[in-house]
This record gives sequence, structure tokens and C-alpha cells, in this order.
Amino acid sequence: MQKPRFRWHLVVFLAPAVLVYTAVMIFPLFNTLRLALYSKVDQERVFVGLQNFQTLFGDPNWAPAFWNALGNNFWFFIVHMLVQNPIGVALAAILSHPRLRFAALYRSAIFIPTILSFVIVGFAWKLILSPIWGIAPSMLDAVGLKSLFAPWLGKEEYALTTLALISVWQFVGIPMMLIYAALLSIPEEILEAGEIDGVTGISAFWKIKLPLILPSIGIISILTFVGNFNAFDLIYAAQGALAGPDFSTDILGTFMYRTFFGFQLQLGDPHMGSAIAGAMFAIILVGVCIYLFGIQTRMRRYQL
Amino acid sequence: MNQARANPLNKFAMHGALILYTLIALFPVFVILINSFKTRKAIFREPLALPDAESFSMIGYQTVMKQGDFFLYFQNSLIVTVGSLFFVLLFGAMAAFALAEYRFRGNMVMGLYLALGIMIPIRIGTVAILEMMVATGLVNTLWALILVYTAQGLPLAVFILSEFMRQVSDDLKNAGRIDGLSEYTIFFRLVLPLVRPAMATVAVFNMIPIWNDLWFPLILAPAEEVKTLTLGSQVFIGQFVTDWNAVLSALSMAILPVLVLYVIFSRQLIRGITSGAVK
Repeated sequence: MQKPRFRWHLVVFLAPAVLVYTAVMIFPLFNTLRLALYSKVDQERVFVGLQNFQTLFGDPNWAPAFWNALGNNFWFFIVHMLVQNPIGVALAAILSHPRLRFAALYRSAIFIPTILSFVIVGFAWKLILSPIWGIAPSMLDAVGLKSLFAPWLGKEEYALTTLALISVWQFVGIPMMLIYAALLSIPEEILEAGEIDGVTGISAFWKIKLPLILPSIGIISILTFVGNFNAFDLIYAAQGALAGPDFSTDILGTFMYRTFFGFQLQLGDPHMGSAIAGAMFAIILVGVCIYLFGIQTRMRRYQL
Repeated sequence: MNQARANPLNKFAMHGALILYTLIALFPVFVILINSFKTRKAIFREPLALPDAESFSMIGYQTVMKQGDFFLYFQNSLIVTVGSLFFVLLFGAMAAFALAEYRFRGNMVMGLYLALGIMIPIRIGTVAILEMMVATGLVNTLWALILVYTAQGLPLAVFILSEFMRQVSDDLKNAGRIDGLSEYTIFFRLVLPLVRPAMATVAVFNMIPIWNDLWFPLILAPAEEVKTLTLGSQVFIGQFVTDWNAVLSALSMAILPVLVLYVIFSRQLIRGITSGAVK
């Protein structure tokens, strides 16, 4: 038999995607990690090894800002995990109820904030929470809670949590949709079998449905993790690059932006910016690995 | 039917919870939209009232039209989004077809390589991307954005489309081969039309993040003539913070195109998500 000819069409089909992806995504990614090992001395690029990372983690000028951003970022993530995902699951559980009327309408309406840009969301909430306009205080007044009002975005102790909650408001639609899809795929027979055994209503949710949708909750958690650790837009739109008040809302994305481009009196430093990108890459990689090898493989999957 | 699942009290509580959350989700959008049509006085005096004959005013929109080049921004956003989607779909479908259809050495590795980008955000490489765009002279052009978004969209597109292409019947393709069709014709004439629903899903998934992105326009294309709508409204609102009419109108104008797109594509989007394409 004759040896098969070289299949040129394979190359033609694969080349455009592989080229663009490699040139614009993979190559810059590694190039950024490489740049993190250099520094600029007298207008020349010098190899400095891990010194940038040492500066980032230990230098008194850099380390506090870095650990502040990292800590804030973790808090940002925790708020999402504790508020966004439970609300998403709860909404999906209600929506997936059989014969619920207007389900499609609710679903579409609740998803609307997710399609808006961070700029819109950031400014809209900034206006609504603004003490000058007074929508938030007058609404609290209507329910007799006016004393609770504070300029939340302007106070160091509340600003980050407020922004995290705004982000939750925006993205609750995504866990809702994914869980909703998972709940719909549970076969009716399983639920009926549960009913025969007397498991109905709320306990059917906890004992039958929740274990079955755990893999989807895992996916949502890792999506939230990756999304939060590379967030930037909302903070930038609402609080500016300085992530005020007094850096209390600074997360890794805004910290990297400031470092890379410079702000006020500080000059931009691409090498330190790369080092922060390297740290973000490491964090995301660790998170994804924990998910892939620690959670996903151990999770019990039920054959439906 | 089971009694416990049709309890009227339960039903009441469920609708109550959903209505409450729907109000929370829509309230800010609603407030922005109604106030953009009011006079400055009315905005502050009665922020929650609908505009009436007395308080109605288009002054904000007039300022926005005069000061900001929103049509240009809109056009830029449209070019970037449509261009990126075109390349994501074309290149993504071609690569997905190669991975799904042919057996060759390195198929697995290539699939994994292309899938890496699903989990790793492209923003990590920003420093080097900017350096590259400066070196190639693409900075401050729409091409820079189109290239970045194409690279960003490809991994998920290849992943979803190859899943769907595996389901296209082999008999159909083999019948085409017996009739002497080239591999290219089989791809473009036989397979592509069959995976159109999957392509639409990929398009809708990619459209929103591209349209709404602030990071790359800010870094790669901040010049006035290539500003996207998202960046343009960010800058515009930043300049007009004290002009509430203008800010509210600019926000409304940024909301409207997305809302229109959503109304057109929401069924596709929701079907895409719920069909399990992202599992």
C-alpha cells in the first residue's frame, strides 16, 4: 500500500487558529513571565533573576501594597462565593420548579445586569449610592432604616465589600443559568423515586438535587475564582486607578495597571508590572490545579 | 400529581422571591433610564418619579451629542466586535473541524494546547502584548483589539465547536467524499451549515465580553479616533461628573445598544447556556 500523502488541508484548517492563539496569547504570556526577570538599569534591560519578586514580596515600598491588593482580592472572592453563588443556586432552584409561570421572563430579567458593561454598572451604582443624589438614603428612610445609611463607597471599611456586592449583583445571572441548566437535566424518575420514599420539597433539594449539581457548583467556583483574580474594570470604573479611598479597594488588577502605567508621580514600570502579572498567573494556576486535581477528580459523579 | 410540589403557599413564596430579585436586578437600570429624560431639578427633587410633561428634558442627550463622538465610538465597538466574532468563528470552526474530523499524531496535544486558554486569562500577558503591538505599529488601531479578542475567544470556540462537530454524521461526510468533494468543500458546504446553532452560541458568548471590555481598549487603543463605546463612555462620564444630565444620558446611551442586542439574542444565549455547551 502506498504511504498516505501529506494532508495539507490539516495544516490549512489548523494554522490560522494556532498562529493567532500562539502569537497573541501564549507567546505574550510567557514573554511577560520572562520580562518579570529583567529590570531597567540606565536605559538598558538587565537580567536580574527573581529580584523583582523579592522586591514585590519584601521591599517596604512594594510589599504592603502587594499584600493589601492580594488580601482585598481574596475578600472580593470570598464575598462572591458566599453571596453570589448561594443566591444563584437559590434562584435556579426556584426557576427550575416545574410548571412555574413566567419562568422565562424572570430568567431574562435577572440576567440583564450581567450583559451591562462595568462602566455602566460602576457609575450607575455610584450615582445611586451617592449621598448627593440621595436615592439610597431616601429609600432606607422609607423603611425606617435611614440611620444605617453611610457613603459606602467613600468609607475605607465598607468600600471593598460594597464593590464586591455590586459585582455580585451584576454576575448572579451566570451561576443562576448554569445551575438552572444542571437542575433541568436531572431526570424526573429520580425525583419521583424520592417522592415515593417520602423525600419532597425542600428536603428533595438538599438530599437529591444538590448532590447531583455539585459538579456544576465546582465549575462555577473556579470560574468565579479566575474572574475575580483578574478583575479590574469595575474598580477602575467606580473608584479610578487609585482604587480609593486610600487603596482600600485595590485588587491585583488595579495594582498591576498602576504599576505598569504609572500614576501621579510614580513612573510606569513594565518589569514590576510583569512581576505582578506573574504572581496573578501563579495564583490562578494554583486555583485551577486545585480544582482540576483536588476537587473535580474526587467529586462523585452520578450516572444520570 | 404530587401535593407537596403544587402547594399554593409555596407558589406564592416562590413568585414573591423572584419578583423581589427581579426588582433588585432591574431597579438601577430603570432609575438611570427615567432620570436621563428629566430636568436637573427634577432629577434631584424626585429621583424615583417618571418624567412628566413638566420635568421632561432632553438636555442631557443634547450635551452628549455635542461633546462626545458617540457615533464614532459606537462604530468602533461594532467593527471590533463583528470583526473579532468573524475571526473567532471562522478560525475556531476550522481548527475544531481538524481536531474533530481527522486522526493525526498530536491531535490530543493540540486540543489540550488550544484548551489552555479557557482557564488562563489573556490579561496576564498584557505587558508583552502591548510591547508587541508597539513594535508592529498596531497600537491605537482597531486591529490590535480584533487580534486580542480573536485570540481570547478561540480556545472556548474550538472546544465547544469540536464537541458539536463530532456529532455530525460520518455517512454524510463520506458520501461527500465519494462524490469527489474536497475536504474544504465538505467543511464549508456540509459541516458548517449543520453546526450553525453552535456557532450562534459561541458568537453570543463572545459578543458581550468583547463589547464591554475596558482593559484592552484602555491599554491598546486609547486614542480618540479608535475609542470603543465602553472606553468612550468611561472617559466622557469622567469629564462630566458634575453634569448629572449628561452623565445619566451617556449611561442610558451605553445601556441601550446592549439591551437591544440582548432582546434580539437572549433566546439564543439562554438556550446556549442551558444546552450544556459550557459543561
